[in-house]
Amino acid sequence: MPLSVVLLACLVFLLATMTAGVAIGSVPLSPSQVWHVVVAGLAGHAPNTVAGIIVWQIRLPRVLLAAVVGASLTTAGSVVQVLVRNALADPFLLGVSSGASVGATAVLLFGAFASLGQWAISIGSVLGALAAMAAVFLVSRTGSSLSPTQLILCGVVMSALFESVTSFLIFRGNPQATQAVLFWLLGSFGLASWNQLPIPAAALAAAMVYLLAQGRTLNALAMGSEPAASLGVDVHQLRRNLFVVTSLMAGVAVAVSGIIGFVGLVVPHIVRLMVGSDHRRVLPAGVLFGASFMVLGDLLARTIVAPQEMPIGVITAFIGAPTLIVLIRRRPYLYGATQ
Amino acid sequence: MSLQLDDLSVDIAGRRIVSGINLTVGDHQFAGLVGPNGSGKSTILKAVYRVHRPSAGRVLLDGTDLLSLGHKDTARRIAVVTQESASEFDFTVREMVMIGRTPHKRSFDRDTGTDHDIVDHAIERAGCQQLASRRFNTLSGGEKQLVLIARALAQQVDHLILDEPTNHLDIHNQVEILEIISGLGVTVLAALHDLSLAALFCHAIHVLRAGQIVAAGLPEDVLTPDTIFQAYGADVLVIEHPDTGTPHLIPRRIQPASGEPHTDGTPPGPSAPPSATA
Repeated sequence: MPLSVVLLACLVFLLATMTAGVAIGSVPLSPSQVWHVVVAGLAGHAPNTVAGIIVWQIRLPRVLLAAVVGASLTTAGSVVQVLVRNALADPFLLGVSSGASVGATAVLLFGAFASLGQWAISIGSVLGALAAMAAVFLVSRTGSSLSPTQLILCGVVMSALFESVTSFLIFRGNPQATQAVLFWLLGSFGLASWNQLPIPAAALAAAMVYLLAQGRTLNALAMGSEPAASLGVDVHQLRRNLFVVTSLMAGVAVAVSGIIGFVGLVVPHIVRLMVGSDHRRVLPAGVLFGASFMVLGDLLARTIVAPQEMPIGVITAFIGAPTLIVLIRRRPYLYGATQ
Repeated sequence: MSLQLDDLSVDIAGRRIVSGINLTVGDHQFAGLVGPNGSGKSTILKAVYRVHRPSAGRVLLDGTDLLSLGHKDTARRIAVVTQESASEFDFTVREMVMIGRTPHKRSFDRDTGTDHDIVDHAIERAGCQQLASRRFNTLSGGEKQLVLIARALAQQVDHLILDEPTNHLDIHNQVEILEIISGLGVTVLAALHDLSLAALFCHAIHVLRAGQIVAAGLPEDVLTPDTIFQAYGADVLVIEHPDTGTPHLIPRRIQPASGEPHTDGTPPGPSAPPSATA
């Protein structure tokens, strides 16, 4: 199937899920009401009606943030799987999420960065993610190269270390506040607002421009380090760049939404099943499909036990785990089984 | 179209793996690199395809130092086929071969009609037309090697580096792969394990031991029982191939130390005469 047809189908699906994500809720709205408000809002004067406020101020920023985070995690996951050449890698493998949890936990339990107000958690988790990224980068570096195995091992080891720091903070912290930490760790878009959108959206856009330019070299890198070098790729440089780009994307996503597991692991596999492994197809299709997946996940998270809200990490794991098992069973030769 | 190693030495993790390697592969020549496991064959090849940097000496491509070329420029001149690599990713054969176009393309370049023609032609020359729409991971070892050769051809290079391309393949596939490679009309430097097979296809053979070349020349001059014993510590008989007259090696059993009687009753020894004549 030509790429343009696939992308068009993914785009239509994304618009449909986003419309549903905005329309469905405790006050149900019709798709036409939703688009009426969106069009007016884009023109600069969102209506001051009940529907207008619900759509423009509450549900739309939340749906857009879910879409951006879904797209970022899917893209980061697809690329990390090439970076460490392991189909079971996800964007959090390299320590980003555990570093971010240290930062967020410190904010939630001990009021670090309290002067930054609503930004405190985001800043705390971004700083944690950056520290983890730098630590993993430095310990896994030998000479100028980042080998896949060393990256995985150092990522896993540093993650364990940061997780124990988080546990220590929870142990020392106020028991009431640990509820908030647990909720953050499982991820949520409940606090979404318009001013949270620009940074993750800009990070996603910048990363996509860089990664789409690397489509061919990503395919070459998927062959392994040495074949890629023999195909004219500067492997050391490429690995360093990919490490930084994916860690930043994942770090920014975690900062606005907490740790939403499984999306960065499973969605790249679903996308490859749909469009093949050529990254010039995987990356654009992944952005659109990953966004849809997260919008649907968030829709379920806030409707399934309404008026309460389920942590979205629970939903993505419930959808992701069985999906991955089905995929593994459909293509056993990809996961080490003999033919 | 010549490849020359000029006093090449390579260190890995502070240890010298190969030293003082001098060898030249002339235009359209097929040169074999043989030697025991760990003698440095792959290390030399990796210096040629720029995974390792020479610690001393140079790799010259038509007289130009390889290090003065960019990575992409090198990949437009030299392609590499190694032992079949498992992929975590589910590429089709056509996509695999198209990856060979990487060094000829810039960011955001699309696959043009010319690229598709080159890929078709490469698939045809490597004899894997019937595999083109299959998934690489579902192929057999021999089929995968053919596809990797097609990928190397899509790079449109005049030099081919092969690192034990026939390992783990059956005898038909071994001969088929080397036959295809020697018919390509490119300059080839290949590390090979099977010495008799190397003798059948190589114009010249370079024998390595402990990181140094201990013998080099025509297969019939190099593959002698003495040289093989010196390089490998292995006791072999050498006979002439009835078709080609090239040397053919017959391995001999290591004598049982306990002095058990041999099945034919004669005391075995390294001086036993060849039992076959050509």
